[in-house]
Amino acid sequence: MKCGIVVFPGSNCDHDVYHVLSHVLEQETTFLWHQRTSLEGCELIVLPGGFSYGDYLRAGSMAAHSPIMGAVRRHAEAGGRVLGICNGFQMLLETGLLPGAMRRNRDLRFLSVDVHLRVERDDLAWCSRYRRGDVLRMPIAHAEGNYADTEEALDELERRGQVVFRYVDAAGGLDPAANLNGSARAVAGVCNAGGNVLGLMPHPERCAEELLGNRDGLGLLAGAVAAGGGRAGVQAAGG
Amino acid sequence: MTLRTNPHGQGSEGRFVARVLVYPRAEVLDPQGRAIEDALGRIGFDGVRRIRAGKSFEVALEAADEAEANEAVDRMCRRLLANPIVEDYTVEWIPE
Repeated sequence: MKCGIVVFPGSNCDHDVYHVLSHVLEQETTFLWHQRTSLEGCELIVLPGGFSYGDYLRAGSMAAHSPIMGAVRRHAEAGGRVLGICNGFQMLLETGLLPGAMRRNRDLRFLSVDVHLRVERDDLAWCSRYRRGDVLRMPIAHAEGNYADTEEALDELERRGQVVFRYVDAAGGLDPAANLNGSARAVAGVCNAGGNVLGLMPHPERCAEELLGNRDGLGLLAGAVAAGGGRAGVQAAGG
Repeated sequence: MTLRTNPHGQGSEGRFVARVLVYPRAEVLDPQGRAIEDALGRIGFDGVRRIRAGKSFEVALEAADEAEANEAVDRMCRRLLANPIVEDYTVEWIPE
């Protein structure tokens, strides 16, 4: 699957994602400078982590209005896959492609630590390498990852099954102490109603090789480039 | 948002200056405001009932008239200056 990684001024996880997609998963992968207005035929678009525009105003808010985002929006609305990681997730919220918003972390600290995530969906291509209820360990590194929305919107999010990952303890249980940034409903990652747009705060690209001591994140990126549903959606055929 | 007619020379030659105040919505937890509130208590300021930490922007713009200036600043707030999911904004007009 041809993959495009959008590079913004201040992106700093773009090469990490490139490495996993290109070298580990052996996919045709290219960088897309944010000033472009074409996605060059890429089927998977990744908005990588980093500090685009120095996190001015609100994290991701400036990048959300970059020239390339019009094409990313059209791609998403046509059912194409878009993955936002950390700052990329913040951009997807700011563009409205995903519901919700980010606040500063509950204790105002920048958090750089491994967390545990529970997989809440396994009927999406993104999670086709996991099973529902799996507990993954992944690093987070952010200051604004405290997911928020109105109670009604959060109820709607739950009802539609759009929560894909939740912060949990090592045993997979919900625990406020394991929800370090204070996210509403312990949300770590959400998808859009169609399931073709996914955003998450943890960094799967930083834990995708045995050499790094953890490959829990490889499954997510492998799922991202897996066939199944294609542009019409990402509903995978069975687990 | 209210725009009084020419209170501070506003609107002369189509020039306006707005001060936009953006605050976390009342029902949204404001960790920054909470931390400042706690710090004020620690250094001896009793009786502080609430701190909300927000942002302020000055927007100098040209517009044909007051209505157009109002409309433009309101759109800026909704599209970029504030995130309506977690923030409220108010606009006041100030001297150049």
